[in-house]
Amino acid sequence: MAAKSKKDLLVENAILAPLDWVDERTAAVRGTKWFLFRNVPRDISWAQTLGSAALTAFIVMAVTGVILAMYYEPSATIDPVSGKSVAYTSIESITNELTLGWLVRGMHRWGASVFIILLFLHMGRVFLFGAYKYPRELTWITGVLILAMGMLMGFTGYLLPWDQTAYWATVVGINLNGTAPFAGPWLAQFLAGGPEIGSDALAKFYALHMLAIPGALIALIGVHIYLVTRLGVSSPPWSGEAAGRERPAVEPAGARAGLVRGSGGGD
Amino acid sequence: MSDTSQDTPHVPGPSLWPIGFAIGVACLLLGLVISWIVAAIGAVLAVVFGLLWARDVTRDVRDEVPEIEPETRAVADTAAAASAPDAAPAPLPTYTRSRFLEASTIGLGAAIGAIVTVPVLGFMVLPSFTNLEESEADLGPIDNFPEGTFVIASYLANPTAGEVSRRTAFVRNNGPAESGEPSFTILYSRCVHLGCPVQPNGPIDEDARKEVNGVELRPVLAQSFGCPCHGGLYDAEGNRQAGPPVRSMDRYAFSIKDGRLVLGELFAVGSVSGSGASASISRYPWSTPGTHVDGIEAWLYPIVPSQVTG
Repeated sequence: MAAKSKKDLLVENAILAPLDWVDERTAAVRGTKWFLFRNVPRDISWAQTLGSAALTAFIVMAVTGVILAMYYEPSATIDPVSGKSVAYTSIESITNELTLGWLVRGMHRWGASVFIILLFLHMGRVFLFGAYKYPRELTWITGVLILAMGMLMGFTGYLLPWDQTAYWATVVGINLNGTAPFAGPWLAQFLAGGPEIGSDALAKFYALHMLAIPGALIALIGVHIYLVTRLGVSSPPWSGEAAGRERPAVEPAGARAGLVRGSGGGD
Repeated sequence: MSDTSQDTPHVPGPSLWPIGFAIGVACLLLGLVISWIVAAIGAVLAVVFGLLWARDVTRDVRDEVPEIEPETRAVADTAAAASAPDAAPAPLPTYTRSRFLEASTIGLGAAIGAIVTVPVLGFMVLPSFTNLEESEADLGPIDNFPEGTFVIASYLANPTAGEVSRRTAFVRNNGPAESGEPSFTILYSRCVHLGCPVQPNGPIDEDARKEVNGVELRPVLAQSFGCPCHGGLYDAEGNRQAGPPVRSMDRYAFSIKDGRLVLGELFAVGSVSGSGASASISRYPWSTPGTHVDGIEAWLYPIVPSQVTG
C-alpha cells in the first residue's frame, strides 16, 4: 500500500475522528453498518423491494400528512361567511387556493391507496415465496398488524374532508363495527361519540389519524425492520442456495431419528 | 440472586415496622393540615409501629431470642433429596431483600401507572356514554300534521352543536286511537341496516312546506321508504319489505304538550303488526343499526349501551 501523503491523513482524520468519537459513545456507526451493509442472497430480484417501496410510501404519507396538518382544521362548526363547515372549507382552500396544496393533498390522498396496494403486493410476495416460515413468523405477524393499522388509517382519514361521501361512508363504517357481537355497539358509540356521530367525532378521528395510529404504526414498522435486519432476506424457493450458502441435501423425513432404512441412523 | 454465604445476620432482619412508622408520621403531618382526626390516627400508628420497631431492634440487647420457624419452600429436586437422605439439607431459598425490592418496584410502578392511566382512559371513553340527554324536539302544533299523511320533520337535536345534530323523522297523524288519545306514527329516518338516511318513496309537497320554530315540515305522499345505500325497503309502518335491514325502522316516543307534538326518546322496533293507531309494536331499547333486537341473533348483543347509560 502506497504511503499516504500528510494531507490525506489530515483529511481522513478530520472525517474519521468525529465519527469515532460518536461511535465510541453510541455505537451508531457500527449500528448503521449492521443495518445497511448486510449480506443478501445472490438470486433476489425486484420482488424483494416491495417492502422498501411500502416503507417509502409510508414516509411520503407521514411527511405530507404533517404538512397538511399545518393547514387543515378539524372543526364541524359552520363558517358564517361561507355557510360551509370549517373542516370542508379548509380542505377546499388546500385544494384550490394554497400554492401547491393540490399536489400535497393529492400525494396524501392517492398515496394512501398506493400504500395499501403495496402492502398487499408485499404480503403476496412473502406468502408465495414462503418467506413467512421459520424463523420469520414474528415478522409476518408484525406485518399483519401493520396492515390492520394501515386500514385504520384509511378509515379514520376518510372522514376528515367532512363532505357527504366522508360523512355517510363513516356512518356506515361505524355501524359495521357496531354489528360485531357483544362489544360492537359499545365500539360504535365510542367512535361516534354518542348514539349518532356528534360534534366531537371529527376531532376524535383526526387525533386517531394523526397521533395514535401513526405512533403505533411507526413502532410496528420499527420492530418489523429490526426483525428483517436481524434475520436477513430469505432466498427464493427455487434458489440453489439458502441465505447465500449452499443448501444442505434434503434428508428424508425421519432420517435423523434413524427411522428410515439405509439412512445411516442407529441400527 | 444474592450470595447466601455472605448473607449473615449482622444487621437486624428485614422488618415491616419502619414502613408502618413512616406511614404514621406522614399521616400525622398530613393531619396537621387537613384534620385532627387524621393527625390522631397518624400519631397512634406512629407510636404503635415505633414501639414494635424498637422492640424488634433491641431484641438482641434484651437477650430474648425468639424461636423463629424458618420459612420453607418445597424442595425442587426431590430425586436428589431421596437419593441422599443422610446428607445435610441444602440451604433453603429465602425471600431475599433484592427480590422484595424487585417486586415492590414493579408493584409500585404498576400502581402509579394505573393511578395515572385509568382516569385518562376514562376521559377518552366515557364522554361518548354519559350526559347524552338531548333536548326534546318540539315539532309545533299538531294541526300541522294532516291525518293519514307522512310529514318529513327535520330539526336540530342540539342547536349549539350545529348541523351535525340534524335529525329527520317521518311523522304520520293516525287520528284518534280507540281511547280517544291522539295517535302518531313517528319513524326515525336512519336505516336500521347501517345508518344511511332513508328516503320516502313519493312526491314531496314543497308548496305546503312550513317552518315552525326551527323545524322544517314537508308533507309527502309515501306508503314506503327506501334506503339509497344498500337498497333496504320499508313499508308505511317501518317493517322491512326487502333488502338487508335486520329489524323494523326505529321510532320516537312522543307526547302532546299544550296541543304541540313533542318528540321523546328513540326506541328500536322488532316488528309491527297492524297499522296506524291500532298497530302493536314490539319495543326494545334503542341499539346500533345492524344489530338484532329480537330473535336468536339478539343473544349476540346482550347489553347495548342505551340499556345502561340511557
